[in-house]
Amino acid sequence: MSSPIRQLLDEAAKSCPNQNEVRDNIVKSIYSSAENITSNTQYVEDKKSTDWSRKIDNILTSPIWGFPIMLALLTTVFWITIAGANVPSSMLATGLFWIEDRLTEVFMALNAPGWLRGFLVTGVYRSLAWVVSVMLPPMAIFFPIFTLLEDLGYLPRVAFNMDRFFKKAGAHGKQALTMSMGFGCNAAGIISCRIIESPRERLIAILTNNFVPCNGRFPILIALATIFIGGSVAASISSIIATLTVAGLVVFGITITLFISWLLSKTLLKGVPSSFTLELPPYRKPKIGEVIVRSILDRTIFVLTRAMIIAAPAGGIVWIMANTMVGDTSLLAAFASWLNPFAQLMGMDGFILTAFILGLPANEIVFPILIMSYISGSGMLELSSLEALRHLLVDENGWTWLTALCTMVFALCHWPCGTTLYTIQKEQHSWYWTFLAIAIPTAVGIVTCMIINLLAKGFGLV
Amino acid sequence: MKGSITLDTVPSNTFALITSINADGPTRRRLLDLGLVPGTRVEVLQRSPMGDPVAYNIRGAVIALRKEESSQVQTSR
Amino acid sequence: MGLTYQSTGITSRENFNITCISNEPVIALAGNPNTGKSTLFNALTGLRQHTGNWPGKTVLQSKGTYIYNTRKYLVVDLPGTYSLLANSVEEEVARDFICFAKPEVTIVVVDSTCMERNLNMVLQVMEITSNVIVCLNLIDEARRKKIQIDTEKLSRTLGIPVIPTAARNKEGIEELMNTTNKLISGQIKPRPNLVKYDKKLEDAILHLESKIKPLLGDELSTRWIALRLLDRDTKLISALEDFYDKHKILEMSKEVMA
Ligand SMILES: Nc1nc2c(ncn2[C@@H]2O[C@H](COP(=O)(O)OP(=O)(O)OP(=O)(O)O)[C@@H](O)[C@H]2O)c(=O)[nH]1
Ligand SMILES: [Mg+2]
Repeated sequence: MSSPIRQLLDEAAKSCPNQNEVRDNIVKSIYSSAENITSNTQYVEDKKSTDWSRKIDNILTSPIWGFPIMLALLTTVFWITIAGANVPSSMLATGLFWIEDRLTEVFMALNAPGWLRGFLVTGVYRSLAWVVSVMLPPMAIFFPIFTLLEDLGYLPRVAFNMDRFFKKAGAHGKQALTMSMGFGCNAAGIISCRIIESPRERLIAILTNNFVPCNGRFPILIALATIFIGGSVAASISSIIATLTVAGLVVFGITITLFISWLLSKTLLKGVPSSFTLELPPYRKPKIGEVIVRSILDRTIFVLTRAMIIAAPAGGIVWIMANTMVGDTSLLAAFASWLNPFAQLMGMDGFILTAFILGLPANEIVFPILIMSYISGSGMLELSSLEALRHLLVDENGWTWLTALCTMVFALCHWPCGTTLYTIQKEQHSWYWTFLAIAIPTAVGIVTCMIINLLAKGFGLV
Repeated sequence: MKGSITLDTVPSNTFALITSINADGPTRRRLLDLGLVPGTRVEVLQRSPMGDPVAYNIRGAVIALRKEESSQVQTSR
Repeated sequence: MGLTYQSTGITSRENFNITCISNEPVIALAGNPNTGKSTLFNALTGLRQHTGNWPGKTVLQSKGTYIYNTRKYLVVDLPGTYSLLANSVEEEVARDFICFAKPEVTIVVVDSTCMERNLNMVLQVMEITSNVIVCLNLIDEARRKKIQIDTEKLSRTLGIPVIPTAARNKEGIEELMNTTNKLISGQIKPRPNLVKYDKKLEDAILHLESKIKPLLGDELSTRWIALRLLDRDTKLISALEDFYDKHKILEMSKEVMA
């Protein structure tokens, strides 16, 4: 039995059998109406006015300058972020740790029990202070610059330039846009994958989004690159070297993205690239003041608040773990030493891997956790500068540049944070793909770190 | 038809007149919706650094198409 | 619990995650990608949806409210689409919303610097509903590019209100709200001049329309449905079958009541 609607459809098919012709006719009539109306109601005064967008595009997407400019812009954004964040970061740290001392005094004066002071001040407060001083300055610089580029209209040009690579990898050119969103937050990057129409290519974009370091992981890269790579050269060029390191890591992440995309489209997600159309909107002058205010108020504060909400309890829990004794070691140390052999193979140590695992709720807290677990095992009470941090890592815990490099690589390639995983599960409704979203980057991270470690040690570089 | 070539082979900075779309199904629909209806004059703009995709000025908007799509658009000069 | 808006109607808004407790009028923002829909949404509601100069920035439909002349309005920011012929998920979302959720007003946000392309969307929306307002956004950019638009004439030609705005500078927002209000209260009655197709198509449309009316009533535009049937738009047809079933049940219950 066919429904009355179906009967109507049959009737329609009978009166106009050629479907393509119907569609052509409809679209053609609509467009020619639009054309007529436009020519009757719109007057363009001087037709020859310079088309700035085209002039700019001829440079930004040119065969010679397209890629160098992209790289230069990427590096410049990082450089401004790193160089600019340095001073405010240490000022914030000084201020916040000064407050910590005062808090300690208050607790002492009140005769509060030692465990309460430890839990609240050394645990909760200190990790909050770390999150704020390490994250706030880079975010407050990075977000506005990035938003300016976005409002200017540069992102679609990146997608235009990069499309060929994505096509070769069997992926969609708009994946470049979703990756750009991932710089802010991978969960946001995952949601933006909806702009990719084909389910196959969207999944590829989702599964690889984590190879772009989000703002929660960025500070780890920045801090380590500044201390270990930048710190090993003359002060005058140290921030430039640190920048190049971070930019290099990001380029590495992009390369891995393309490689994994290619691998996926040859194996689990076989298929040919679907159709691709991308509009390149005209460049528009952003409202600079508004962009700065908005991106700091909305995005920075939002991300920071989220990080703090997670960091506070996490700090407390880590403090408890670091102070609950099992035999003669703490719970945290016991767990870390259990992981240690494996971590050593990857050029790290048990505490670092523990911090990554405990940092699952949010990557922002990985570093605070690490620092806290190191501190609780040392006599150190204060940590108010990068220099002090260097001392803690190098002199007390035996870090080398290799440790730093492997930690940076693993920060770039490991399981996505809890929020991102939740988003993937919500978007795909599939435990299978969520599991792969964990497994793929983690496997890449483990393998890469092991290779780096083996090579460095094999060649006697450390 | 003499002088009839597909859109992907039209050189940059020249114009082309759309004569027909050779695709079927969703691709045809998508191309039509973008304004690539027969009779439309399209300007070929820049190529991406690797040569593909290419940007076109289609009815006032700049739209990039991959070779796979633009090769299904028949034009005359 | 009170009656929710239109809870007795067929075109249930709940399907679109829209629950209005009172009878707040619903205003949909449609239009091509990157024309400033979210910016306009923010200007109307005071919310801060993310905006950005690239097509496809908005992937999640967002809702907000504003109050004008003591009346509350619900605004829905639809994803940007080049057309409503439903080739993609976004187009389907936007089209189903305009067609089945029946917003009191659909504001089509148009990029003034690129009228021809954008009118394509306007003309398509006009086929679905006559409660349309054209918002000529980015008018500041058009001025900068020395493009002049005769809004009076455009409004007359289309048969619907046309309001120039620069959403980012909050220019023209007041007038847009005012016009929306007038349209809802019936002070303005748009009479859209629809696209004429060629003779063969028009004949087929006419013929089908006469058969659609008895089946579906006039809650939906019969001309537009006829066009979709001729276009063999399978997605819409299955949506229509759903609609038809509900419609039949309602008709039957009316008979029983009578
Ligand atoms: N100069 C100017 N720029 C505007 C105006 N309205 C919006 N913009 C800018 O245009 C860009 C696009 O605006 P959005 O509001 O994100 O556009 P949209 O229609 O929501 O785009 P999609 O969500 O991708 O469909 C942003 O960079 C805005 O800042 C305006 O009236 N004048
Ligand atoms: Mg939007």
